[in-house]
Amino acid sequence: MKQKIGVYICHCGANIADHIDVEKVKASVETYPGVFLARTTMFACSDSAQKEIEEDIRSNQLDAIVVASCSPKLHLQTFRNVAMRGGLNQYNYVQVNIREQGSWAHSDKPADATTKAIQLVKAGIARVAESKELEMLRINAANKVAVIGAGVAGLRAAVELADMGTEVFLIEKEHFIGGRVSQWGKLFTSDQTGEMIVKNLYKDVIKHPKVKLYTGTQVAAKSGSVGNYNLELKITPRFITEACIPNAFDKAIEVCPVEVDDEFNFGMNKRKAIYKNYASEFPHLPAIDIENCTKCGKCVEVCSNIDLDQEVRTETINVGSILISTGFDPYEPAEGEYGYKTIDNVITLQQFLRLIELSGSKLTYKGKEIKTVGYIYCVGSMQIKGDKKYCSRYCCTSAIHTANEVYDKYKVKSYHLNRGIRTYGKQELLYTQSSLNGDVYVEFDPKKEPVIIKNGKGAVINVIDLLTAKEELEIPVDLVVLVTGMVPRKGNTIGDILKVPIGRDKFFNEIHPKLRPVETVIDGVQIAGASQSPKNISESLKSSLAAASKAASLVSKGEIELEPTLAKIHKNICEWCGKCAAICPFGAITKTTIEGREVAQVNVANCKGCGMCLPVCPVDAIDLIGYTNREIESMIDALID
Amino acid sequence: MSETAKKTSAKVLVFSTEKISDPAIDLAGLLKLHYPPTVYVITVPCSSSVKPKWIMHAFEKGYDGVFIAADGSDCPFSETCTEKTSDIIAQTHILMKEKGMNPAKLKMAAICSVCAEPFVKHMNNFVEELSRN
Repeated sequence: MKQKIGVYICHCGANIADHIDVEKVKASVETYPGVFLARTTMFACSDSAQKEIEEDIRSNQLDAIVVASCSPKLHLQTFRNVAMRGGLNQYNYVQVNIREQGSWAHSDKPADATTKAIQLVKAGIARVAESKELEMLRINAANKVAVIGAGVAGLRAAVELADMGTEVFLIEKEHFIGGRVSQWGKLFTSDQTGEMIVKNLYKDVIKHPKVKLYTGTQVAAKSGSVGNYNLELKITPRFITEACIPNAFDKAIEVCPVEVDDEFNFGMNKRKAIYKNYASEFPHLPAIDIENCTKCGKCVEVCSNIDLDQEVRTETINVGSILISTGFDPYEPAEGEYGYKTIDNVITLQQFLRLIELSGSKLTYKGKEIKTVGYIYCVGSMQIKGDKKYCSRYCCTSAIHTANEVYDKYKVKSYHLNRGIRTYGKQELLYTQSSLNGDVYVEFDPKKEPVIIKNGKGAVINVIDLLTAKEELEIPVDLVVLVTGMVPRKGNTIGDILKVPIGRDKFFNEIHPKLRPVETVIDGVQIAGASQSPKNISESLKSSLAAASKAASLVSKGEIELEPTLAKIHKNICEWCGKCAAICPFGAITKTTIEGREVAQVNVANCKGCGMCLPVCPVDAIDLIGYTNREIESMIDALID
Repeated sequence: MSETAKKTSAKVLVFSTEKISDPAIDLAGLLKLHYPPTVYVITVPCSSSVKPKWIMHAFEKGYDGVFIAADGSDCPFSETCTEKTSDIIAQTHILMKEKGMNPAKLKMAAICSVCAEPFVKHMNNFVEELSRN
């Protein structure tokens, strides 16, 4: 039993202290058995507070510490390190969660939240009082990473991981790589096109011996845990064995009788069931969209390398870690939202970008030349109600860049109906250029949104100008472009399979936005790019490099440190019935003989610390290190004290 | 009635798993989803590791209900985790009946790492049900 326990209760700024009376918690626990000192602290995780705790441990010879703060998912290791720096074994430290499971969960009942916090801290003290000095275990980890999603974030992460010596399985759901960036034309700041960026990344990926690329592939199931994940892949074939000679491929497209909306071009045109999104797309081999293919066989008649009998196959890969980079979808406005799908000349920014790519010397839409465009900003972003309260970060820049492009190419006049322009950093240059081009900026109140009215072959936008006497303006335009934000990918099953938590915005959630920005609560699963939150290309790549580094640091050593949570047999009680050995999924328990008695013994190398053997023992001869009867029962007692 | 005077709210002990259900319970807090503050959580590695004697100990100490937030099919240790946890529940129900206790005071449900809302719903219903009886 520890007798010199230090207890620290964190304000977490206002996060805890606004709803929990931390001084009352301190006063209630400082006389609890074993407590030597109790303090409150504004931010326990701050450098200065960490140093104070270290100094307390040293100067008072504390034999254990408790920090009552946030979830251990965030700062368990922070305070374990504090304990070690102060001279304590890290397992003589217990973290008590009074934020997520205290102040935040019960912010509606502050008095009760305080009572609960006192009980939780007492339970932490009871637990740490029973704690033992322990050492971490080490397990083998496969130096292999599965990167899910081959957009720019996934491609860049794959190259980086491979360069660090890690084997990479790059898994892309579509038959072509590049994700959203391959859909964009000229980009700011380098004037490169999306196609060029994807091409450069693809060249790096395809020449790297440590990267294996799977296209048309989805993760169907997962088993195992960090260091040793097994992923079952479902691979849909391209139905094309080798490239048709160019003319034969063109001919195959020509004879294909199927026509569907071209998703790559956001429905601005049609494509056939045999297709490539654009001529130089990667991998170079075309694909057949088997969901829409009628298997009429006309394409086979002109290209002998088409095989409509190819079948979906499965393959299992083993990896130590997983990096998710599945990107985003553009927000699809509801029918009637600013006239979308109800007024002919209302389209989204993504559709407009593809229209520009598909246009020649004249910019026309539905037969009419476009000379004036009205952009409506923040469609599906910064909404007052619903999940999309966030700024999508890239849309202001993208819209203004597009306006500059169509001014340079077609002398199009642009009206920007916005809610405050956010062309931060270097992107501000685009705004300056747009202003010099004569673009008109009108700021509107989100509670009084612009109204679009059909007017002959064009439209009129009615808007109240917030910044100039709040006058109602009528702006006739040829085309209305809805500047839509980012939303999480539709049908993104990988999140469900890996059980990665999502945030209020429905994007994947990191453990901590500042301290652990690319890790998730699922050990060994990292997130990158716009799967995590709206990001521009540059930000996506930065997060992908961070996630790649994190994944490599986890698996590249070939072993991972794990908690020393092991089953322990009390051999003086054990009467060997074999039930523990029978239930153990890892074959970690065997029979041995000690002084003529048959008893169970634990193979430390095989034991995973699940504790399944505990409840089946009829004589209660098994404890789990860190979860002993004494520890659990003393916590139960303290929580109701 | 003041908040602190509401002493009739049933006390519930939750056995939750570190990897799977703990994140969901934390997420409930993050999302400011409220459940009764008389719900206390003890973390274990796997729901199949909870000893019936711990549950009985909790009842003896005065908890009105015990809830096992099980990993279900997400358990990283065993595909048959639900079955094993159910066996623990069944075994404990026998012990509870022997002591004349209502088996409804012990419940389990699968709580995955994103099941914040289901957890809150379970807690609200369970505490209300226990407080009524």
